[in-house]
Amino acid sequence: MSAMGSAPEPPQLRPVVSLDGVTKAFGSVVALRDARLELFPGEAHALVGENGAGKSTLIKILAGVHRPDTGIVTVNGETVEFTNTAAAKDAGIAVIYQEPTLFPDLSVAENIFVGRQPRARLGLIDRAVMNREAAALFARLGVPLDPERPAKGLSIADQQIVEIAKAISVDATVLIMDEPTAALSGVEVERLFAVVRGLRDAGAAVLFISHRFDEVEALCQRVTVMRDGAHVSTDLMAEMTIDQIVRRMVGRELGALFPKQDVVPGAVVLEVEALSRAGLFRDVSFQVRAGEIVALAGLVGSGRSEVVQAVFGIDPRDAGTVRVAGRTLPAGNSKAAMRAGVALVPEDRRQQGLILDLSIMRNATLVRRNRLSRFGFLTGGAERREAAEWTRRLQTRYGRLTDPAGTLSGGNQQKVALAKWLATDPKVLIVDEPTRGIDVGTKAEVHRLMSQLAADGVAIVMVSSELPEVLGMADRVLVIREGRLAGELSRAEATEESVMFLATGRGAAA
Amino acid sequence: MTLVARPTDSAPTTRTGSTLLDAVLRFRALGLLIALVAMVAATAAVNSRFVSQQSIRDILLGAAITILLAVGMTVVVLTRGIDLSVGSVLGLSAYVTADFLQVNPGTPVPVAMLLGLAIGAGCGLVNGAVIHFGKVPALVATLGTLYVFRGIVYFVAGGSRINASDMPRGFLDFGTDRVLGIPYLIIVSLVVVVLAGVFLSRYRAGRDMYALGSSPEAAKLAGIPAGRRLLTAYVLCGALAGLGGVLHAARFGTVDASAGSGMELNVVAAVVVGGVAIFGGSGTVFGAALGALLLTVISNALPVLSVDQFWQQAIVGALILGAIGLDRFVGLRVSASLRRKDSHVD
Repeated sequence: MSAMGSAPEPPQLRPVVSLDGVTKAFGSVVALRDARLELFPGEAHALVGENGAGKSTLIKILAGVHRPDTGIVTVNGETVEFTNTAAAKDAGIAVIYQEPTLFPDLSVAENIFVGRQPRARLGLIDRAVMNREAAALFARLGVPLDPERPAKGLSIADQQIVEIAKAISVDATVLIMDEPTAALSGVEVERLFAVVRGLRDAGAAVLFISHRFDEVEALCQRVTVMRDGAHVSTDLMAEMTIDQIVRRMVGRELGALFPKQDVVPGAVVLEVEALSRAGLFRDVSFQVRAGEIVALAGLVGSGRSEVVQAVFGIDPRDAGTVRVAGRTLPAGNSKAAMRAGVALVPEDRRQQGLILDLSIMRNATLVRRNRLSRFGFLTGGAERREAAEWTRRLQTRYGRLTDPAGTLSGGNQQKVALAKWLATDPKVLIVDEPTRGIDVGTKAEVHRLMSQLAADGVAIVMVSSELPEVLGMADRVLVIREGRLAGELSRAEATEESVMFLATGRGAAA
Repeated sequence: MTLVARPTDSAPTTRTGSTLLDAVLRFRALGLLIALVAMVAATAAVNSRFVSQQSIRDILLGAAITILLAVGMTVVVLTRGIDLSVGSVLGLSAYVTADFLQVNPGTPVPVAMLLGLAIGAGCGLVNGAVIHFGKVPALVATLGTLYVFRGIVYFVAGGSRINASDMPRGFLDFGTDRVLGIPYLIIVSLVVVVLAGVFLSRYRAGRDMYALGSSPEAAKLAGIPAGRRLLTAYVLCGALAGLGGVLHAARFGTVDASAGSGMELNVVAAVVVGGVAIFGGSGTVFGAALGALLLTVISNALPVLSVDQFWQQAIVGALILGAIGLDRFVGLRVSASLRRKDSHVD
């Protein structure tokens, strides 16, 4: 399909960055076929597309991580060839990556200023100035992070804040943000946007990648759609509806985004009673019936993930009981939980959900390897059949089953993480942010899958920060605020306002 | 403490943690010091001569060269590397320097030291180049050069040894003379420790070493010149081993082709016991120096306590395992408490 709608040319301006006819292949996988993009000073530009559409590759070319096979990249009208990330930085391009890339052992301030720490006499690093500047950046972002603490142990949201501070600390002429808000709460997103608007109004070009269309609408003037590694269209945001954008992204009409079927709930499968862990959550009780999807909603950091991790037993619990089908699970014993039919698809798939260096096949069959082995030996055939079956059912896109899982796009990684657990035939499925950083098409597939599982009688607990997902998928919504159960809403009662009211403890905030 | 700007609007508790980590690190150094003092006190109780000036000086002299090598090793280990060739580099430098002095007896000591530094730096450059350009794991590359460099020493020495009588008096004096009661060798080591400490903590290139070891992937994205930094680390490590060779020749007066054999493991042990994480990213040269000192004290004290040779080795081994276990324990505790500080529950 060729370009739809002509790119509106802002008057008498030269693009600060442009890509034209850029191609890039990794082995036999073509990531970019015909990428085009023009960024003008003072604009916030949205780049949207399904996972695997080539957005991340495009960014990495702009960042100097990858070099294009063919095509032209220009900065301020001059053709450039970035040989490394430092060259792109010197050209004024700052990138916030989807997955935070911090140095765990260095202080937060050093993470921000690494390689360009302020120096005093004799070239010595001036820590006082560095910490002061870092604190000033955090004040600008409205987040009270201690510049001197190590990056180790920061939550994903806080890591993202540090990445953002890093990006805005260089006076970038081009700021690229790859899903910066995926881990942030509403208030933090608002603050980030205020800062980004300030940079934009000061003449910086902002490239914004997000699957949250409300944010794209709130921030961006123009939107470029990519599909299958190629440019589809570039339009003024104001002239586009979200339906139009989504159609161009997927190249097909989408049904309802969140198709939870109505299921008559069965017997209680999961019972959680007065679960507590010091400093994290207190006195959390709930029940989930077969065929039900129960959402745990709340702000980032409210303790939702910690609750489900304690239920599954990868984290200890201080008090409370967890029963599956009437049988009490021992505390802190995920093996027992697995045996009882509980599965957990974790939030951070790169660190917890998958072993990125291992093949897709091994990842998909990892938790089943005992059942797939004969006399203690894994037989390749059984593994391959099982993995092929599940990747087909989840419509996973990959090169070969033996490729490392790290080579997959985000959405496909999530599918493999899901496949791994679905293959265990769970009674209780716990999914933590099942569609974080996943494109619309895959999202709908994941939702369809969850709905189908519920229809098959699986009890599903879903932790999600995305309200439309919570409202669309959940039969009941449990709202956690500051480690406590703030309330429970039925499907009929749950609205954006009612959930946010419980989550924040005040009137419907942003 | 630096002031942390607190925004006025509904700020959650300041997410801190550095003070705690500082305490742990200080505790670590403190733990080493306590072990040192306890060891010395226990030994002195059995034999008071253990704390005589002469005995203390001997221990410090014995530790001086290990400390030197441990400093270089620390820089390499911080980047997630390791250099197993330091013992061979020391041997090569010791023999070549001694041989040179034998032929040119008028050479001033600083020139001899520069020669040793240059030989070591050359070896380090080879290591760094093989590791960086050849993309060979450091463990394998330096295991190879361990044998290569040692082979060169045997080739150069051809079975002969250089005795104290062959070397100029002034050079040998340097090995034993002192200023204000402190032997030159110890002064050299201390100066190196301080310089390396400042380099690692206060210079960008030094901080890059931590960054490289902490997350190579992030270092790439941050545009840190990994190749240059790695070469620097191995050249530095080699150069200090070379300097160690000169000090070795001056101290012992007799050099043969086996000088420094097996020393690399002592040095790695000192670094690990001193709290440098073997997978890079954290640790200090001061810790490594304390580790070297502790190991030297132990090997000197155990004979006094009439502990069997076998137990000496076992104790050093237990210390290494203990150090690694402690790191793991502390790491878990720190991350747990950092997590707790992050949460919004009071």
